[in-house]
Amino acid sequence: MKEASQKHYQLQKRKYVIGGIATIIILVYIARLFFLQLMSEDFKQNADSNAFLKRVQFPARGTIVDRNGKLLVYNQPAYDIMVVMAEQAGIDTADICRTLGITPAQYERRMTEIKDRRRNPGYSPYTQQLFMNQLSADEISSFQEKMFLFPGFYVQKRTIRQYQYPYAAHVLGDVGEVGPEDLENDDYYRRGDYIGTQGVERSYEKVLRGVKGTEIMLRDARGRIKGHYQNGKFDQPPVPGRNLTLSLDVELQALGERLMTGKKGSIVAIEPATGEVLCMVSSPTYDPRMTVGRQRGKNHLLLSRDPDKPLLNRAIMGQYPPGSTFKTSQALTFLQEHVITPSTAYPCSHGFHFRGLTVGCHGHGSPLPLVPAIGTSCNGYFCWGLYNMFGNRKKYPTVSDAMTRWKDYMVSMGFGYKLGIDLPGEKRGLIPNAEFYNNAYRGSWNALTVISISIGQGEVNLTPLQIANLGATIANRGYYVVPHVVKDIQGEQLDTLYTRKHRTMVDRVHYETVVQGMRRAVLDGTCRRANTPMYEVCGKTGTAQNPHGQDHSVFMGFAPMEHPQIAICVYVENGLWGATYGVPIGALMMEQYINGKLSPESEEQAKIYSGKYLITPIHYVANPNIQ
Amino acid sequence: MSQTPTSNSKSVWRSLDWFTILLYGALLAMGWMSVCGASYDFDQAGNFFDFGTRSGMQIVWIGTSLVLASVILATDDRLIESFSYLIYIGFLVVLFITPFLAHDIKGSLSWIKVGSLSIQPAEFAKFGTALCVSKVIAAFDLRMDRFRDFVVCSVLVLAPMVLIVLQKETGSALVYLSFFLMMYRYGMPGSILFTAVAAVVYFVVGIRYADVPLWEDTPTRLGECCVLLLIHLFSVGLMLVYTALRMPAFKVLAYGLLALLLAVGTDRYALPFDIAYVQWGVMAGMMLYLLYLSLRERLLRYLYIAFFAIGSVGFFYSANHVLTEVLEPHQQMRIRVLLGLEDDPRGAGYNVIQAKIAIGSGGLEGKGFLNGTQTKLKYVPEQDTDFIFCTVGEEEGFIGSATVLLLFLLLILRLIHVAERQPHAFGRVYGYCVMSIFLFHVFINVGMVLGLTPVIGIPLPFFSYGGSSLWGFTILLFILLRIDASRGRLSR
Repeated sequence: MKEASQKHYQLQKRKYVIGGIATIIILVYIARLFFLQLMSEDFKQNADSNAFLKRVQFPARGTIVDRNGKLLVYNQPAYDIMVVMAEQAGIDTADICRTLGITPAQYERRMTEIKDRRRNPGYSPYTQQLFMNQLSADEISSFQEKMFLFPGFYVQKRTIRQYQYPYAAHVLGDVGEVGPEDLENDDYYRRGDYIGTQGVERSYEKVLRGVKGTEIMLRDARGRIKGHYQNGKFDQPPVPGRNLTLSLDVELQALGERLMTGKKGSIVAIEPATGEVLCMVSSPTYDPRMTVGRQRGKNHLLLSRDPDKPLLNRAIMGQYPPGSTFKTSQALTFLQEHVITPSTAYPCSHGFHFRGLTVGCHGHGSPLPLVPAIGTSCNGYFCWGLYNMFGNRKKYPTVSDAMTRWKDYMVSMGFGYKLGIDLPGEKRGLIPNAEFYNNAYRGSWNALTVISISIGQGEVNLTPLQIANLGATIANRGYYVVPHVVKDIQGEQLDTLYTRKHRTMVDRVHYETVVQGMRRAVLDGTCRRANTPMYEVCGKTGTAQNPHGQDHSVFMGFAPMEHPQIAICVYVENGLWGATYGVPIGALMMEQYINGKLSPESEEQAKIYSGKYLITPIHYVANPNIQ
Repeated sequence: MSQTPTSNSKSVWRSLDWFTILLYGALLAMGWMSVCGASYDFDQAGNFFDFGTRSGMQIVWIGTSLVLASVILATDDRLIESFSYLIYIGFLVVLFITPFLAHDIKGSLSWIKVGSLSIQPAEFAKFGTALCVSKVIAAFDLRMDRFRDFVVCSVLVLAPMVLIVLQKETGSALVYLSFFLMMYRYGMPGSILFTAVAAVVYFVVGIRYADVPLWEDTPTRLGECCVLLLIHLFSVGLMLVYTALRMPAFKVLAYGLLALLLAVGTDRYALPFDIAYVQWGVMAGMMLYLLYLSLRERLLRYLYIAFFAIGSVGFFYSANHVLTEVLEPHQQMRIRVLLGLEDDPRGAGYNVIQAKIAIGSGGLEGKGFLNGTQTKLKYVPEQDTDFIFCTVGEEEGFIGSATVLLLFLLLILRLIHVAERQPHAFGRVYGYCVMSIFLFHVFINVGMVLGLTPVIGIPLPFFSYGGSSLWGFTILLFILLRIDASRGRLSR
C-alpha cells in the first residue's frame, strides 16, 4: 500500500513535467517569433517599404524534335499587356489606342470585360489583369517606348510556341490558356497560365512545362519597385521544361500529308520492333501554326465548323470496319485453335453460301488452302473458318463460349481496348463479345448471325492505329510494343509500358504462315501494285463496306519481310477498293521510309495521287501576316 | 455535497470552469479576425458577414459550435460516458468506409459529403478515441507501467490512426501520437517517451542536415555530427538521472567534449577531416567505460545506458541507409516532402519561405487588422487553414502572436489543472487526452509556420478556417467541461 501511494506520488509529479514541456515549447516559439519579427536584418528595411511584389517568371517550354533530330517545335517570345485598375488614372485613351492599333470602342469593351466578375472571377483592382495577349516584339516596341505615359500598364514577357513545319498538327497538339478543370485539379496553375491542350503538348505537359520561378520585389508606399527583397535570397529562378524527341520522321509525315490531300482518312506507320510511331497522318489536317498568336480563337472556330472535321485525329479517334485486313487476325486465331491447318482447303464459288446466307466473293480458284486464300482475300474461306470454329460443340459447349474464346484472341492482339498510345483521346474500337450479341439478339444467335466479323465487317471496329499495330504484330511474328510517339524524354526513362513486349495468344509458327499469305498477296494477289524489286513487301488489302456511301479503301502491310523496318496502315474513307488508294499510297510511304527518298517514277506517282481528290481540299494555313 | 440528478442542470452552470470558457471565447474571437484577414479581398470592403465569404462562413461554424457546446453542457455526463464504446466503434466504422465514399480533394480521401456539407470524420474521431481510452482505463483500472495494459491502450489509439493513414491524411493521423503523452502521465515509463522523442530528433536532424557540410572544405556532415553529439549528451543525461554517482557522468561529458573540441579545431584550422571518426572513438570509449562501471558498481543501469547509446547509433545509421538506399526515389521524395526537407518551390519549401516572409514583415505591432499584404495577395498558400498563424504574425505583429501563444499555453496549463482535480479516473484521463491533443496541434502547426517542425498539415485549434475542425475541438473541450462540472458528485 505504501509502495502504491509512493508510486502515485511519483506519477503525480509528472504533471509538472508535462506542464514544463508545454511551457518550453511555447517559450521557444515566442523566442523564434522574437528573432523573426524583431531581430531579422530586414526589419528596419521593411519599415519604409510596406509591400512586396511577387513576380512570376515563366519557364521556357521544352522543345520538340523528330526522330532524326530535326527541330519541330520551339519557343518564341511574346508579350502580354497587363493592367492594374487601381493604378491607371489620367490616361490619354486615344493615345493608347493609337499605339496599340485598337479602336476606343474595343478599349472600353476590354476594360468592362476585365471588371466583370462573372467573366473574370479572379478580378481585383490591385493585381495585374490581362489586357491584351501575345503581341510580337515589333508590336510591343512602340508601346514600351511610351509606357511611362500609361501608368498602371505593365508588360509581361511570355513565350509562345512556334513550329518549323506545317505538319503533324494532331500529334504535336497545341498550348492554350488553362481551363477551370485543370485549375481545380493542379495547384501549379494560376488563371491565365498556359497548358498543353492537345497531342504530346497535353500528354507530356508535366515534362514540357518546367517549373515557374518567382522574384520577390520590394515596393514602396507609392508602388515603385525598389529592388529584390533581401537581394534575391528568396527568389526562385524558373526551371526550363525538358525536351522531347518524337519517333516521327518528319519527311515521312510530310509525304503522308501530301498523299492524303483531298481525301479523308489516315496513315499510321510503326517501327515494329520498338512500337515507335513513324508517322501519323489524319486528313484533312491543318497547319499547327494556326493555333498560336491572336488569331487562335478565330482559327479554332473555323476548324471546328468544317464538316470534314480537320480537328479530329482520325488515326486514334476514327473507328472503322477493318475490312479484309482483319482476315489475317482470323487466320491466326483459327490456326492456333486448330480449326484449320495451313493445308486446310475450303470451297468458294463466288462466295460463302449456306442455309440461304450468302457472303459474296470475287472469282478465283476453288477450293483453296490458307496462303492463297489470304493472297486473294477470299471471303468464303474465312466465313467457313469462323463457322467451323463457332460450330464446334466438342471444344466449346455453347456458341457463347466460342465467342468468348474468339474475343480473348482479339484482345490479345490489341483490339477492343485502347492500346495506350501517349496521346490524349484514343478510342478503343469495338470487338463484340457474347454479351453484346445476347443483348442485340435476345440470346438467339449463332455462328451464321455473326459470320461477317470474320471478314472485318459487321460490328467490328478498329482505329487505324490498331490496324497498323496488327501489321507490326505480324511483322514481329507475334508481339507488339504499345505504339508511342515519344522516343526520348530529356532526363527521364520512357515508361516501361512503351518498352515491354506484349505477346499475343498465337504461336510464332502460325505468324510465319500468315506472313506467307501476305507475301502472296503482294506477289500475285490483291496488292500487286506494292511489289518492288528493292525489298520484299508483305501486304493485305481491305475494302470495307460502308452502308453510308462508297466503300473505304484500306491497306495494311510491312517491309522488308525479314527484319521489317516499317509496318503501315493506310485508310482512305470512300476510296473504293483497297487497291485503288490504299496499296499505292502504302507502297510510296514504305519506299520513302526505307530508301529515305522516292525514285523519280515514284515521285511521279506521288504527284498523281496527291492530286486525286475525293473531297474539296481546303488548305488550312496560318495567316502569314501575323507571324 | 451530494446532488440528485434533477438539480444537476442548475449546478452545471455554477460549477462550470468559466476561466476555460473565457480562454475559448478569446481564442475564437482572435481566430475569426485572422480568418477575416486571411480571406479578405481588398475590394470586398467589409462584408465579413456575407455567407459567400470565408469569414461569413466561419461565423456559421462558430455559431453552430456554440450550439453544440450548449447541447453538450445540457447532457448528463454519465450518458456521454456510457456511450463511449459505441461512439468509438461508430467512428472506426465511419473512418473505414470514408475512403470509399470520399471525393479526392488534393490527394486526400478524408472528406465525405453529407448533403451540401463536406465533413472530415478524422477531426471528430479524436474525441471518440479519447472517450473510449478514458473509459477503458477507468473501467479496468489499467496502469501504463504494466506491459499488457500499455499494449491494450496503444491498440485503441493506433486503430483509428491506421485508418486515417489509409485516407492519405498522414498529418491528422500523427495527432494520435499525442495520446502517448497522456499515457506517460498514467505510468508509461518515461524512458519510452524519451526514446521515442530521441528517435524522432535523430531522424529529423540527421536527414535534414545530411548533406550540409559543417563548413566549407570539410568532409564532416552537420547532421551526422549533431546526432552523434546528441547521443553523447543524452547518455550523459541518462547517467545523471538514473544513477547515483555524479562524477562518472561529468567525466564522460568533459572528456567527450574535449575530444570533440580538439577535433573541431583541427578540422577548422589545420587538417580538414571527418569529425565523425573522433565521435565514434568517443562513443566506443563511453561504451567501454559504462561496461566497466556496471561491473564495478554491479549496477545493470549502466549497461542499459550503453544499450541506449548503441541502439541510438544503430537507429540513426540504419534509418539513413533505409532512406537513401532501400526506398525508391519517389518514396524518398514523399518522406522528405513530408518532413518539409524538400525545397520543392510550389510544395512544402515554398510554403515555409512565404510564411517566414509574412511573419517577419509583421514586426513588433503588425500591420494592423486587414492590412497584411503578404497574406492578402495570396502569396501564402492555405493561408486561412493550416498557415493561418501567418496572418496573426503579419497583422498583429510580435505582440499579437506572442499573446496568442500565451493564451494557448494558459489553456493547456488550465486543462492540466482541470484534469488533475477530477475525482474519477475517467475524467482525469479524458482531461489529459484533451490537453495532449491541443498541445500537439499547437506544437506542430505553429512550429511548421515558424519553420521549426516538419510541414504536417493539421489545423490550429479555433483559428484555422473550417467547420469540421472547429466542431471537433469544441466537442472535445466541452465534454471535458461537462465532466468537470459534475466533479462535486461523489458517486458515479
